[in-house]
Amino acid sequence: MEETIISPDGTQEYFINMGPQHPSTHGVLRLVLTLDGEIIEKVEPHLGYIHRSIEKMCEKDNYRQIIHLTDRMDYLSAHMNNHAVSLAIENALEVEIPDRAKYIRVIMDELTRISSHTLWWGVMGMDLGAITSFLYGFRDHEYITEIFEETCGARLTMNYNVPGGVMFDIHPNFVKHVKDFIADFKTKLPEYDTLLSGNVIFLERTKGIGILTKEDAISFGVTGPAGRASGFSNDVRKKEPYGIYDQLDFKEILYTDGDTYSRYKARIDEMWESIKIIEQLIDNIPEGDFQAKTRKVIKLPKGEFYQKVETARGELGVYIVSDGKMNPYRMKFRSPGFSNLSALDRMARGGKIADLVAIMSTLDLVVPDIDR
Amino acid sequence: MSAIGNYFRSIFSGLKTLFQGMAVTGYYFRNARKEIITQQYPDNKDTLRMYDRFRGIVVMPHDENNLHACTGCSACEIACPNGSIEIIAPRVVDPETGKKKKVINQHIYHYSMCTLCNLCILSCPTEAIVMDQTFEHAVYDRSLLTQILNKPGSSLNPNVKE
Amino acid sequence: MYLSIYDFSSFFQSIDNWLTSTFPEPIATIIVWILIGVSAIAFTALLGLSLVYAERKVAAWFQLRIGPNRVGFQGVLQTVADITKLIMKEPLTPGTSDKFLYNLAPFLMMLAPFIVIGALPYAEGLQVMDLNVGVFFVTAVSSIGVLGILISGYSSNNKYSLIGSMRSGAQVVSYELSAGLAIMVIVVMSGSLQFSEIIEAQRDGWWIFKGHLPVWIAFVVFIIAGTAETNRGPFDLAEAESELTAGFHTEYSGIKFAFFFLAEYVNLFIIVVLATTLFLGGWMPLHIGDWEAFNNIADIIPPIFWFLGKVSALIILIMWFKWTFPRLRIDQLLTLEWKYLLPISLVNIVLAAFIILMGWHF
Repeated sequence: MEETIISPDGTQEYFINMGPQHPSTHGVLRLVLTLDGEIIEKVEPHLGYIHRSIEKMCEKDNYRQIIHLTDRMDYLSAHMNNHAVSLAIENALEVEIPDRAKYIRVIMDELTRISSHTLWWGVMGMDLGAITSFLYGFRDHEYITEIFEETCGARLTMNYNVPGGVMFDIHPNFVKHVKDFIADFKTKLPEYDTLLSGNVIFLERTKGIGILTKEDAISFGVTGPAGRASGFSNDVRKKEPYGIYDQLDFKEILYTDGDTYSRYKARIDEMWESIKIIEQLIDNIPEGDFQAKTRKVIKLPKGEFYQKVETARGELGVYIVSDGKMNPYRMKFRSPGFSNLSALDRMARGGKIADLVAIMSTLDLVVPDIDR
Repeated sequence: MSAIGNYFRSIFSGLKTLFQGMAVTGYYFRNARKEIITQQYPDNKDTLRMYDRFRGIVVMPHDENNLHACTGCSACEIACPNGSIEIIAPRVVDPETGKKKKVINQHIYHYSMCTLCNLCILSCPTEAIVMDQTFEHAVYDRSLLTQILNKPGSSLNPNVKE
Repeated sequence: MYLSIYDFSSFFQSIDNWLTSTFPEPIATIIVWILIGVSAIAFTALLGLSLVYAERKVAAWFQLRIGPNRVGFQGVLQTVADITKLIMKEPLTPGTSDKFLYNLAPFLMMLAPFIVIGALPYAEGLQVMDLNVGVFFVTAVSSIGVLGILISGYSSNNKYSLIGSMRSGAQVVSYELSAGLAIMVIVVMSGSLQFSEIIEAQRDGWWIFKGHLPVWIAFVVFIIAGTAETNRGPFDLAEAESELTAGFHTEYSGIKFAFFFLAEYVNLFIIVVLATTLFLGGWMPLHIGDWEAFNNIADIIPPIFWFLGKVSALIILIMWFKWTFPRLRIDQLLTLEWKYLLPISLVNIVLAAFIILMGWHF
């Protein structure tokens, strides 16, 4: 423990353990706060409470088995995690995957993004004290999980991607249900704006709070909507397109303020962009195979392979070192949550406890993603 | 003067946004009967249907003659990432052909370790195991989660080609 | 012109007469005290239970849920079951806490509502004590509750509790000012601090209709300040579940926690009854000027139903706030009070006095 500093006027800073069990750390994240009254002097994240050594487990599993572990990292963008690993393996094997699989993967990715953001929106409202938004967000999140369940067989840890494509073809009702969802969600999303985004208390709580400059965002590696709200253009879908993102028409959401409200708006706008992407694809899913033929036992050539995708939280990098065997020599994930968390101290200093909660919400931390 | 104007404008615009928010929740309050999404779970058991692809638990279907399709090839055991499947299949001499052949004795399935990733189902060459749509698997003793999937006295369906 | 059969005073008078004629004077007085005490406790308990149930149902309907529906018909006995559970739980006392204060705080929390509940008018003649300074008494005594919050936070020896109780102290002390000033408008209008006279002054129309602008402003200010005084959302900074886990009552369990829990709802009821009595005419039926027929029909509905109707409408309104709005931050909370509500209330009371002076109210 550091020495307690007693200031000349006799007051003394004090420490609070926020977490590992705390309602707004969303999991087992422990923050050691140094406080002066309600003002935050320092935030020190302590990790490791949900470390499951996924990277080490990957070294023992073969390439097909690795994918299901990535479901459990950032469970809210499970599909994108799967996509990243699958792409890394496919690129290493130089397999050409069928168009149908590409389309399905991108639709699933964007649905996952929406479902993750709806859940985030609800939780954000709850962190700020508006508990009702949690239920509204969850309602729309559930709608998408039902769609996933119908096609993939699971709601959260889908494990739908396999090297070479997807595990099953889409369910016959998939297209219809996605269209229903889009139609429904387009009426629900404006409600989100009326309920929270326009609310004067919400604006007071978020505008000008937790400002992260562009330079800081770049140096901390804050990616995803949180980084783009600071003006750091980092959308992997635009910068290094994978799948069929290069053929799609969508905007990269950029804000320049870098405050909590911009991060909030960036995510809301991203949902609109995801809707746009799904609408472009859902009617045009090409016929054909949903899976490319791959060998039963996948062996990657010797070498190092890196693939990054844009998950709901930011840039997920998958780094595989292969020594030519059927399981990787070393596997490393560059998870967005970890880098985003590192900027928390910079943003929260000088704010109040309530501000810290708002900032943490807009970083959209998923603790298993940070710890792996 | 503009400062005072802004002061009152901020009050009224603030109140307006509050009322707009209340209109949204008020709508759901008034239409609670229509908009409620809660499912009455234990009550709707009879009508509750899971999706066909829902992955609840691994089972081995047997037909009416107590025949299954498992040849004991261990493909699922190899495919499983978590070691939740153990195959005990000793090599037995076939009385007709005189060749040694694997015959399934016990297909042991540890549900406690299973992540329901579906890889075993995909790897099975004879479709001997499938995912069942049931989902109420809580038990009071974890040893009950270890099951032997092939039923006692069952044998390989002779129509299954290896 | 209201119907005298709905007057409770004759009923209570007859009980009193019977008691004084049966027992000697001092014993009769003691029996009356005991009866009042028992009925006040029973009423408070019933109130807490029903309000908790109402809150859970209302919240559920706002949130697309069904709410409690298992225990009893439509879950009406859910809160009874919850309280039974809380009573049976062990009331823990943290080892490092200040034991005396820690155990005192829940009782202080309940003390204020118990005292206040007797001074409030529920219907004609249904009031324990019609003090001639009733309004003043209620506002003064209901401030004891904040002592409970402060002591509980201080004695728990928990930093979250301490932050919560300090927030609450700043909040309640501030908001009492504008709540008091809003009440003053009505006192100025009716010229009395006695509840019965304030209600009597609204016989030909409630103050919210008669007093126009200053009363409207006072009503809005009072509802906001009252919500803040009861530590309810969006002003629930003392609890602030997502920031301070549970704020001042983090360390409490069992029946002591139940006391905090019930006190919140009884306080809500007291604020709502005050608002009803001062602005909406209490148990007085709705009378509109010369419409004799309408007024007579309104009189047929017993005053106690008028009272309960108004109270439940206001309670739902306050619950609506809680389940819609995000929580304010502590500095914004104080900004709202000192930069908005207090100046407005001060100007408002001058405005009210001016209107009275010119005789512009109805």
